Amino acid sequence: MILILLLPAMLCAEQRPLRDVLMDLALEDYEDPEGLLNELGSHGDPFIKEFVESWRTGEVLLLERGPDQPPLVLHRYAEEYHDLESDAVVSLTQAEEESLSKARPSRKLRRELVKIIDTIDLANPNEQVRIDAARKLGLSRNEEYIPVLQRRLGAEESARARRALEEAIIINQLDRTEATEDIMEAVVRLGDLKSVAGRDLVEDYLEAAEESGNEELAAASRRALRRIDEHMAWVEQLGNRFRGMSLGSVLLMVSFGLAITFGLMGIINMAHGEFIAIGGYTCYLVQNAFAAAFGPQSAAYQWFFIVSLPVSFVVAALIGIGFEKSFIRFLYRRPLESLLATWGLSMVMQQVYRLVFGAANVQVNTPGLLVGNFELWGASLSYTRIFVIGFAILTVIATWLLLTRTNLGLYIRAVMQNRHMAASLGIPVSRVNTLTFAFGCGLASLAGVVLSQLGNVGPSMGQAYIVDSFMVVVAGSVGNLLGAGVSAMGIGLVDQFLQPAMGPVMGKITVFAVIILFLQWKPGGLFPTKSRSLED
Amino acid sequence: MKLFDSKTEWTTFLVAGVVLLLLLPGLNAFTGPDSFFHVSGFQLSLWGKYITYAVLAMSLNLLWGYTGLLCLCQSLFFALGGYAFGMYLMLMIGERGAYKSQLPDFMVFLGYQELPVHWVPFYNFWFAAGAVLWVPGLVALVFGFLAFRSRIKGVYFSILTQALTYAACLLFFRNDFTFGGNNGFTDFKEILGADINSPSTLRWLFACSVILMGLTYLLIAWLINTKFGKVQQAIRDSENRVRFSGYSTTHYKLLIFVLSAMIAGAAGALYVPQVGIINPSEMTAAKSLDVVVWVALGGRGTKLGPIIGAVVVNMLKSFATRAYPDSWLIILGMIFILVVLFMPNGLVGLPAQLKGWYARRRAAAALSSTGEAPSEA
Repeated sequence: MILILLLPAMLCAEQRPLRDVLMDLALEDYEDPEGLLNELGSHGDPFIKEFVESWRTGEVLLLERGPDQPPLVLHRYAEEYHDLESDAVVSLTQAEEESLSKARPSRKLRRELVKIIDTIDLANPNEQVRIDAARKLGLSRNEEYIPVLQRRLGAEESARARRALEEAIIINQLDRTEATEDIMEAVVRLGDLKSVAGRDLVEDYLEAAEESGNEELAAASRRALRRIDEHMAWVEQLGNRFRGMSLGSVLLMVSFGLAITFGLMGIINMAHGEFIAIGGYTCYLVQNAFAAAFGPQSAAYQWFFIVSLPVSFVVAALIGIGFEKSFIRFLYRRPLESLLATWGLSMVMQQVYRLVFGAANVQVNTPGLLVGNFELWGASLSYTRIFVIGFAILTVIATWLLLTRTNLGLYIRAVMQNRHMAASLGIPVSRVNTLTFAFGCGLASLAGVVLSQLGNVGPSMGQAYIVDSFMVVVAGSVGNLLGAGVSAMGIGLVDQFLQPAMGPVMGKITVFAVIILFLQWKPGGLFPTKSRSLED
Repeated sequence: MKLFDSKTEWTTFLVAGVVLLLLLPGLNAFTGPDSFFHVSGFQLSLWGKYITYAVLAMSLNLLWGYTGLLCLCQSLFFALGGYAFGMYLMLMIGERGAYKSQLPDFMVFLGYQELPVHWVPFYNFWFAAGAVLWVPGLVALVFGFLAFRSRIKGVYFSILTQALTYAACLLFFRNDFTFGGNNGFTDFKEILGADINSPSTLRWLFACSVILMGLTYLLIAWLINTKFGKVQQAIRDSENRVRFSGYSTTHYKLLIFVLSAMIAGAAGALYVPQVGIINPSEMTAAKSLDVVVWVALGGRGTKLGPIIGAVVVNMLKSFATRAYPDSWLIILGMIFILVVLFMPNGLVGLPAQLKGWYARRRAAAALSSTGEAPSEA
């Protein structure tokens, strides 16, 4: 106990540079191997791993420099000799190269070193790496790691990492302890920590306690188990809700475009899904262009994703303008005909993608910015999905601003309400139509860029979302943006809730049935337009 | 009771009936393979397939052309009929399957021990034949009741029927749905004790398809001239006015929806033995939209149009998928766009459209020539 308390003080005292420690190790210049190894373990530098590996395979070499000087320690990697002390490249003569002797750690030392390597990530400067390492050691259930873990627990400052360490220690200890009180305490503690990794262990003890009739331990185990299960359920709920929200965000961006084009022009755009694919493919092309211009390793390459957002919007909007001008404008207020013509368009576009990019999916990488997870109350939320949700919110705000704060928005709303009246008042209706259609296409393509991070980019990538987003538009009242927003989130969430329990297919079918039944109750969708006129 | 609008129509119907029912199977049966007039078994099944497609198009025309409901689940009804009949055909394979088991191959493959309960009645041919009608009819009844009751119409109806097809397609793709997953049913051996691939069975199936088409034609011809048919067309033109006149449009639409589903189911049942396979890709929303383009190209709301459209597009497809496999979808997509933009009355209405266009051109030319200095004629 005292040792544990003292250790942090010892560690904090003075930390020598890592390379000095490694020099001592390689030259066997130590009296107290324990102490040196501990010192090594307190460095969290991944270089140690690399060095030990080289040492084991004979890539660490000694060059004698005379009787009164210690030999030069050389580390051979990348086909060059490096001075271990300074990492400087050393060029050797032929004779010197032949006189090199390999340094090899002793068997005992090697065993110790392996342990250090296993625990090296515990001292990594990155908090998440430390936590993951602690969890891994906990799962290994090897009591040899206990001293190392305890040492790190003393030095650890982050509360989350401390918890992970504590959990790992308890799990490792529990394996070898026999005394009932200790087990009891450990089980209760695991319950307190809501340890997912310790769940199996607690379950084992519950079984054992039930067999041996130890009621007290059984009750404690059950309590701990319940706490852990509650926590796991909560984490799963949170994860589901989060995935549902990110799915809903994509649906939202897709269905906004649909809702605007339908509400304004009476156009059911079946080719909307193909505009999603435009986004995906633009992202792919921008990525390739960046890779060609800057190289895939460069820092600039990571920006391809951000750059592809505006690019894809513009590309899709221009293509949208082209289609609108060429034939869609002849179909205003003829929804059924527009549905057929745009379906034909969608077939043509899909086939063109297949001919240009191939039938297989193309690879869009995740930019460095979006790699990794954010941990929130035990649930890990991927940065990609967080970005998706944030971006959808931005899109909603931008659309709202466009509709309420700009002249174009005013025109759009006027044309939506009464096309002929708006035209008589001098609003350039056909230009408003073109711009709105282009905007809708742009939104779809933004959704496509975002989707490149969540799913596949392929010729029919839009098809998977188009049925869902039509349902969103119908359930949320056609042409109503608020309705589209609410129903997109609702459908996304319900879908994700049902999927784990019923599987993706039954989940989808249930969502569909729920929408049909919902329309029995509210035939006009969530927010029907109140109107005295009779549409016919 | 007046079935035909003109004498020409009556003669055409008769001639087409004789040619399809007697001549083609006759040529298949009584001429040698080397003869110039020989119709091969392959050709006969191919035309049998076109004819079942034509019936499918007619069933959609009943909904879309005469009632104004653009239904995108027609392929679902077609496939349901096909599946119902396919179940019978699967059970008739008996122990001749790859696994030599009483169970259909895919069930052995998926580890079933015994036949699921809902499969058992399908040993009976007549039960299967009935299911071909009532299964699609029931689906249409339930869905139509819910949809029409809440007055879902126009595009909303199309979107919801599309979603229905999508959902059903996902369901049939599942292996544990007991309908063979994505492989569906295939490898049929016999039908009513006769070898399914023998020339005489092919001729019979072809003849049945022709009869089904003829009966459907007569049914539609009769229906559109009844009072019921008039109300149905009035619903297409202005549903609210019909409702205000005291008709319950919901009931009319529901009845026509169910009827059309049953016709589509019957067409599907005859399609399956002639093509030899049924799988969930037959019931995708894209297939339904294909049917829509057949009707649109042929001429929506005409008796003959759907037949012409179905045959023309499918012949074109047979040709183009071999000659230009890469561009078939582009061709089909362009047909969609061009028909919608330039041929609102389809091929059947094309002569009248051209005549009108020519007359207008002439009138305009006459007007401009009288306005300007008269040139020599």
